[in-house]
Amino acid sequence: MHSSPSGTKSAATADEAIGIDNLSRRFGAVENPVIALDRVSLSIKEGEFISIVGPSGCGKTTLLRLLGGLDKPTEGRATLRGETIVGPRRDVGIVFQNPVLFPWRTVLENVLLPIDVQRLGRQKYLAAAHDLIAMAGLKGFENRYPAELSGGMQQRVGLIRALVHEPAMLLMDEPFGALDALTRENMNLELQRIWLERRRTVVFITHSISEAIFLGDRVLVMTPRPGKVSAELRIDLPRPRELSIMSTPEFGSYSQQIRELLNAKGGID
Amino acid sequence: MHTRLKTTIISILIFACVVGLWEAAVVINKVPPYIVPAPSRIFQALVNGLGSGLYWRHIAVTMTEVVGGFAVGLTMALILGMAIALSPRVETYFYPYIIMFQSMPKVALAPVLVIWFGLGITSKIVNVALISFFPILVNTIVGLRSVDPDRINLMRSLGASKWQIFKMLRLPNALPFIVAGVEVGIIMSLLGAIVAEFVGAEAGLGMLIQSMNNTLDVAGQFSILIILSVIGLSLSKIAGFIGDRLLFWDPSRKMKTRTAKH
Repeated sequence: MHSSPSGTKSAATADEAIGIDNLSRRFGAVENPVIALDRVSLSIKEGEFISIVGPSGCGKTTLLRLLGGLDKPTEGRATLRGETIVGPRRDVGIVFQNPVLFPWRTVLENVLLPIDVQRLGRQKYLAAAHDLIAMAGLKGFENRYPAELSGGMQQRVGLIRALVHEPAMLLMDEPFGALDALTRENMNLELQRIWLERRRTVVFITHSISEAIFLGDRVLVMTPRPGKVSAELRIDLPRPRELSIMSTPEFGSYSQQIRELLNAKGGID
Repeated sequence: MHTRLKTTIISILIFACVVGLWEAAVVINKVPPYIVPAPSRIFQALVNGLGSGLYWRHIAVTMTEVVGGFAVGLTMALILGMAIALSPRVETYFYPYIIMFQSMPKVALAPVLVIWFGLGITSKIVNVALISFFPILVNTIVGLRSVDPDRINLMRSLGASKWQIFKMLRLPNALPFIVAGVEVGIIMSLLGAIVAEFVGAEAGLGMLIQSMNNTLDVAGQFSILIILSVIGLSLSKIAGFIGDRLLFWDPSRKMKTRTAKH
């Protein structure tokens, strides 16, 4: 079922959204560097949902920062729709582990932050922002401040903020890691619904094996020291997926395979 | 509501008791008014001073020094604070001196300032500016710097310019710190003005206290202390009010009434 990551070089096919070619990132001294990411290559199709699972220190956040243009690779390159990523890009939306809301902005103003920064004109995006707020179940909270919302609601604001400027790619770094188990499952359902509606290309980083399988079209398993993609698993489960799918034998077998891959390399923390 | 009324009544009663005991103790023991004046004498002095217009003239002078000096101190602190927080070069040049100055009691400069700027209002404004400058400066620097790195990353990932990050993130983030600095600075401003007037002045409440001391008018001095308390309390209330307006979003300030906007 799992094959080594496809090394499609930079021969960008028509429907390739993200191309990653021999991407490496090292930190520290040249003689004795910490290899955060070691020659990672992969290709992500337009509209695909990629889950990346792995223990701390496996380089998954480094990979995400490189894709978001927040960091520069030591070697290799990453492309978005054929263009090499050299810095932050306006057509990328990032969702962080914490909601990262601005407490002095209302829910609506937080959602409109990308529009304000990129000077796209609030008026043009007001309807889209209201649609997203309704979709995230936050109708009636438009003019509330973040301190007045629950943790789950704040995270949903962070999520739809990443969608408002219609980015080509969504990068999510353990976005639900700080939520309780029940809220987390609801957020997974919600994210799937939003994704099915909008079909953005998503790179989703998580600690949770079941979350990775539940959401992903493919699951990449990353292992540390040096950080690399050690395996890839295609998830052939019909969508929309219900939470009950987690108790099916297929789901269990995917989960088992990933666990074995991780255990072989020292396990998840 | 009922309990609040009760607390108010009790605290008024306590005040009345203290004043009554004070009055009785002074009258019974025949304490001379130039040692401890009776509350009735202090009240008399207050009424006379305010009624004759004498106090008002000096209040105006002291308030001009406080407000003027504070405005200068605030402006300088904000400008230099921003420069230091945003430019490592400015920091290396200025920060050691700022640390040095900060640990020095600024009121000790008052005598020199009188020599430099004279007995008039200018030396007081300079002293007040110096005193209110440091708490605001330090808080501005800390506030502009203590930005959650994730928020910076978010802004950068959206392609924000340095100026946008400053205007949309650093500045609002620093506001609670700056307001806290202002609340301290405004009270210290009053202190600075009075001390500077003690050193040498032509007018003002501090100078009035000094001249009353020379004539053993202790009741008069107490009446001015009352005025100074009222001024201090008003200044901090005003600062707090403006702070609450600016930081309406900050739950730690616990705004009681949040009217629905938009």
